[in-house]
Amino acid sequence: MQDTSTISAVFGRLSLDSVPIHVPIIVGTFAGVAALGIIVVAALTYFRLWGYLWKEWFTSVDHKKIGIMYLVLGIIMLLRGFADAIMMRAQQAIAFNGSEGFLPPEHYDQLFTAHGTIMIFFVAIPLVVGIVNFVMPLQIGARDVAFPYLNNLSFWLTVAGAILVMMSLFIGEFARTGWLSYAPLAETAFSPDSGVDYYLWSLEIAGIGTTLSGVNMIATIIKMRAPGMTMMKMPVFVWTALCSNILVVAIFPALTVAFFLLILDRYLGTAFFTNDNGGSPMLYWNMVWMWGHPEVYVLILPAFGIYSDITSTFTGKRLFGYTSMVYATAVITILSYIVWLHHFFTMGSGANVNAFFGIATMVIAIPTGAKVFNWLFTMYRGEIRFELPMMWVVAFMLTFVVGGMTGVLMAIPPADFVLHNSLFLVAHFHNVIIGGVVFGLFAGMTYWFPKAFGFKMNEFWGKVAFWGWVIGYWVAWTPIYFVGLMGTTRRINHFDDPTLQPFFIVAAIGVAIILVGILGFVMSIVMGIVQRDKTRDTSGDPWGARTLEWSTTSPPPEYNFAVTPIVYDLDAWQDMKEHGYKHPKDGFVAIHMPKNTATGIYLSGLAVALGFGMIWYMWWLAAISFAAILVIAIAHTFNYNREYSIPVDTVARNESRRDAQAAARI
Amino acid sequence: MSTSHHTPAGHGGAEHGNHGSKSSLWIGSILSIVLTVIPFWLAMSGATSAAAISAIFILAMVQIAVHVRYFLHIDSSTEGGWTFLAFIFTAIIVVITIIGSIWVMYHLNLNMMPMSIDEMRQM
Amino acid sequence: MSADLISKPTGKNASGRVYHRPEDDHHHAGGATMVGFFIYLMSDALIFASLFAAYGVLSRNYAGGPSPREIFELPLVALNTGLLLASSITFGIGMQAMVAGNVRGVIRWLIITGILGAAFVGVELHEFSGLIAEGATPQRSGFLSAFFTLVATHGTHVTFGIIWLVTLVFQLNKRGLTPDNTRRILCLSMFWHFLDIIWIGVFTFVYLFGAMR
Repeated sequence: MQDTSTISAVFGRLSLDSVPIHVPIIVGTFAGVAALGIIVVAALTYFRLWGYLWKEWFTSVDHKKIGIMYLVLGIIMLLRGFADAIMMRAQQAIAFNGSEGFLPPEHYDQLFTAHGTIMIFFVAIPLVVGIVNFVMPLQIGARDVAFPYLNNLSFWLTVAGAILVMMSLFIGEFARTGWLSYAPLAETAFSPDSGVDYYLWSLEIAGIGTTLSGVNMIATIIKMRAPGMTMMKMPVFVWTALCSNILVVAIFPALTVAFFLLILDRYLGTAFFTNDNGGSPMLYWNMVWMWGHPEVYVLILPAFGIYSDITSTFTGKRLFGYTSMVYATAVITILSYIVWLHHFFTMGSGANVNAFFGIATMVIAIPTGAKVFNWLFTMYRGEIRFELPMMWVVAFMLTFVVGGMTGVLMAIPPADFVLHNSLFLVAHFHNVIIGGVVFGLFAGMTYWFPKAFGFKMNEFWGKVAFWGWVIGYWVAWTPIYFVGLMGTTRRINHFDDPTLQPFFIVAAIGVAIILVGILGFVMSIVMGIVQRDKTRDTSGDPWGARTLEWSTTSPPPEYNFAVTPIVYDLDAWQDMKEHGYKHPKDGFVAIHMPKNTATGIYLSGLAVALGFGMIWYMWWLAAISFAAILVIAIAHTFNYNREYSIPVDTVARNESRRDAQAAARI
Repeated sequence: MSTSHHTPAGHGGAEHGNHGSKSSLWIGSILSIVLTVIPFWLAMSGATSAAAISAIFILAMVQIAVHVRYFLHIDSSTEGGWTFLAFIFTAIIVVITIIGSIWVMYHLNLNMMPMSIDEMRQM
Repeated sequence: MSADLISKPTGKNASGRVYHRPEDDHHHAGGATMVGFFIYLMSDALIFASLFAAYGVLSRNYAGGPSPREIFELPLVALNTGLLLASSITFGIGMQAMVAGNVRGVIRWLIITGILGAAFVGVELHEFSGLIAEGATPQRSGFLSAFFTLVATHGTHVTFGIIWLVTLVFQLNKRGLTPDNTRRILCLSMFWHFLDIIWIGVFTFVYLFGAMR
């Protein structure tokens, strides 16, 4: 829309027109966010928390704190993504019979794009990475991850991406091209505005963070397991975290390159995904889905691990079929890499290609099904305690299986030709992502919350969250399955056929019930904090669990384990309990830990500036930021003094206090 | 950091791992030079036969293997076999990515109308 | 391993299983660096795999522009290949010096390697400027976009390798062959040889096959 003559040397193409002051919804949102922001900043200043946050959290390289910060980021972004969802459902419920609803198409298009982008990249990934970050090193008996500083940088790069996405709400606009920004629509010829550039730069920056985090987690699992923990004695969650991060490292390059080539197309006028000059738009789909399909396994595999750990804890039994669980995970990891074409069967490939990818897709149901049976057999004749985490597991199994089966249905290419881009597909992937990933994340957060903070979440509000999500999911998405099967396509702003309206009204009611669930979750944390003295965990093992993270205190000390445990069994902590394990009273030594560093924050702040400069064509800002990133990164390598030592006395004092607490409880 | 610095037991060999001996460096270098000269000679002498292309392809694969073995020092014993495993896994993914993309996109082009005069000429 | 575990029982319990062995005072930093860096390289290899895939798909989309046979100058590519291969060998000699504990030798061979790398980048830039002057720009066709991006991404990696190398020379000069610096040389060595391996793919699949097409 802007021709080159309006690009200023200082502000690039940014001008006052870029700020959408004429859109009341955005102005209202901005006012709300600004008010909230001012309250938070004022409160932090009033209680003098800035120094504490900076020293103890922002610059921390402790995997537990970084994990918790990832979770906070994920929950904040969940609220943003869910606000988009409410608006979409409300729009579709009323935009019938000539009414165009309250969202004009160009705004609605930004909403569904932002919803998908945020929910996958800034909710699901941070929540999964956060739980892996917090739990995995504890489960393998390590003191931290392999590269603690890199971990901090990964987190802040993810935040940098999230900041750019949030900026797009108030400065300029977000992409209108769908959550994967398909070419050629995302090319300059069709989307000349800043939206797609926001999308590309924020995801490139966040994607680098995620890739580095993947490298870090793999190295940690390979190198830092406690003595005795062979590969086949790793908890299932560690296995799934390993496979998930292997996938991250294997697939994010494809996404990085696809986005990079689209950036080149948009900025330099190359011809990768263009319609003319020998470009190939379908090449973009091909590369993006090479990332996109395995990505859902990046998310779901750790969730499977969470379900496995919770099931064996709350049935009081060893997990049924551990070996088959490991092999199923590995097989899914490989298979997930050869199914990407099922996202574009309708592209027009011949029968050979479609048949290959259709069959490969269906085959994935086999190891996944094996897992479901393993969980069922673990529960069979177990003494099941239906506490909150276990309730999420049962809800997951009932919900996820339906989503899995509609997936197999769409794996059949002829069926996919009918269902492609329909709301049936949308209902399918929400079914597996909500029923599989989100339920798993809530189960995991409820389960490990007392480990992280030393007290449980509030049970009543936790149940409100549970029933809100489970009932809300079914009410919201069952009607969408129906209208999708009847042929309604996705991303529609308003409808002509009035008979569809009742379905969308029911769906809107469903999303309201989910809202109750989300508020219930927030309340269960708030009330958990308020009533923390009632549910305080002094034993370190509030659920009667089986894996190593429960052998240390809640919350664990910064060094996790005063003495490194030796592992004899898959359920290492259960084995220790059965053999009458006593906590050591002496023999402690000084512990070396990595020092905090602010380099990650500086680099990520500069990455935001770099992205912003590129998005608005402020070349000077981009150049300066890039040079500064280089200088700071090099300067960081000249710092050889990166560790500090926790003296023996401190360790001994911590440990004796823990013993005293445990004794007081008994 | 003092000389007492060493890797924990069971994690061994990280810092004092296989840096390659003098002999492996020279074996690698000579093989690599030979494997580079032959394909360039073939291509620059104007050969375009399928046999020449296959030969160059095979020589490239061999040269990659030589570099991995003699320059990167990756074999099944370094780092407890993990680097070797990672290399094999990556090789599989690389093959899937390249062959898969070309297969899928070639199939698409096969079913499409020619898009340019250039392609029309090739039909 | 089990004999090692039982040797000094501290956390012994009723059943005779030992759950802790005495802690030693060393720390774990760096133990995972080589594996971690190798995994990063594998990730980078997949970046190149995606670029090769894009090139493979687009390599015949000339859009009426020049074809590879018309624009590739094999003697120049042969020169470049020789430079990069020579730099891999000189780095190897530098590694021998490191094993021998000879800091001066390491620095000398690193500098020679860096010069060869810089010459490689220079020749590549010369080639690019020639192509652009002929009108074979990255914007001209899908083939040229993919060609420039693939080769330039490799060249950018070499450039970053040179920056890293220069940094390392300063650090070696200041602190000598400390464990930290040794580890960094090992990582840079892997990075450098890795780029050479990528170049084998580039000269074979892009230049040689292109010129033979």
